[in-house]
Amino acid sequence: MLDAFFNSPYIDSLPTLFQGLKMTVLITLIGLFFGFILGAIVGIARLAKSKLIRGISVVYIEAVRGTPILVQVLFIYYGLTEDLIGLSINALTAAIVAIAINAGAYIAEIVRGAVYSIDKGQSEAGRSLGLTESQTMRYIIWPQAFKRMLPPLGNQFVISLKDTSLFSVIAIGELLYMGKQYYNVTYEIFETLAMVCVLYLMITVPASIYLRRLERKLDV
Amino acid sequence: MITVSDLHKAFGELEVLKGIDVEVKEQEVVCVIGPSGSGKSTLLRCLNLLEEITSGTVKINGKDLTDPHTNINELRAEVGMVFQHFNLFPHRTVLENITLAPMKVKGFSEQEAKEIAQALLKKVGLSDKADEYPESLSGGQKQRVAIARALAMNPKVMLFDEPTSALDPELVGEVLQVMKDLAQEGMTMVVVTHEMGFAKEMGDRVIFMDEGVIQEEGNPAQIFDHPKNPRTQAFLSKVL
Repeated sequence: MLDAFFNSPYIDSLPTLFQGLKMTVLITLIGLFFGFILGAIVGIARLAKSKLIRGISVVYIEAVRGTPILVQVLFIYYGLTEDLIGLSINALTAAIVAIAINAGAYIAEIVRGAVYSIDKGQSEAGRSLGLTESQTMRYIIWPQAFKRMLPPLGNQFVISLKDTSLFSVIAIGELLYMGKQYYNVTYEIFETLAMVCVLYLMITVPASIYLRRLERKLDV
Repeated sequence: MITVSDLHKAFGELEVLKGIDVEVKEQEVVCVIGPSGSGKSTLLRCLNLLEEITSGTVKINGKDLTDPHTNINELRAEVGMVFQHFNLFPHRTVLENITLAPMKVKGFSEQEAKEIAQALLKKVGLSDKADEYPESLSGGQKQRVAIARALAMNPKVMLFDEPTSALDPELVGEVLQVMKDLAQEGMTMVVVTHEMGFAKEMGDRVIFMDEGVIQEEGNPAQIFDHPKNPRTQAFLSKVL
């Protein structure tokens, strides 16, 4: 039985699939890195005094959350042509940008919620000591809010990781794309897709377990 | 030291302060009493612009708070504030709560700020708690740390917003003692309080507020023993 497994299409597909998994993780991590920076800026802008700044953030958040990520990545890769924006975007860049812009909108809401949840007395205490608004944000509000962001950010990581599978439409060598390439040659569709699932789960399940532990530790 | 003239404050339609005039002299301890909703906390919060002023002027040390050219952060650094709910920073140790503002606002080195903080912790009797986090302190200890934190900026005046209202009764005394020491050292203080005993004993002047106006003010003996205004009489008969 075990012998059959180890000499099976399941195992044979692994070298190819691992390549795809590497690409999937790469897109997710780099995309989320920029997505977090974007989300932090937009999330704080969402709470700004200026109506204009608040308005711009809301438009961005709603535009991204109201459209499918599949459309977004096609738009970035095929829609933004060299004629239009003056530079050509390769598939990897398009994928990373799509994750960053998409996750950025959701992270903005996470950041806004976490910052907003910090008791108003905290910023009053900071301001009453003579700290500026930005010092109060940096030294008092942000460190407390960041802790509360961790669980939903982990959740976003899992969502974005799975979203990258849609990027097979722009022919980038992520996990699902590599799986398709493989079964197109071997016709072992069931076995290949089963292994694709296993590889996604290898990342998402430990992430979820770690998240739950983190939540318990932070007591949120 | 503090001059308030014709101060009005409205939250939307609701007018909370309806023309307040107050003068606080250097080294004076002024206690503000009155029923809840009378506007006394709002008045205090206007004194360091935690509330935007609707109209009128507030001058502290000659600087007009309502003048847009006034550097409000500089001014706040000279006005210490103690809150009902302490508002300590839960992610920083007791010592770090106190050293933050001297380092970031006044540009003190960590060493200088620590020395100031340790001296103040000694003063409020909490030297042994320097490295603890606020959550491990009792309410009375938290409030004493909050007082030390405000004092670390070396303020010219201290504002207290019902500093003992959130405390268990047995913890009120330790906080009042710190405030008494401070008053005896000559700190200018404005204290919104329900502690009539403190107002009576430590107040140079007592202000009774109701419905957004100052109904009566005078020295503690006048207010507590011979109140003239019927509202003051009614209020005191309920709380004393």
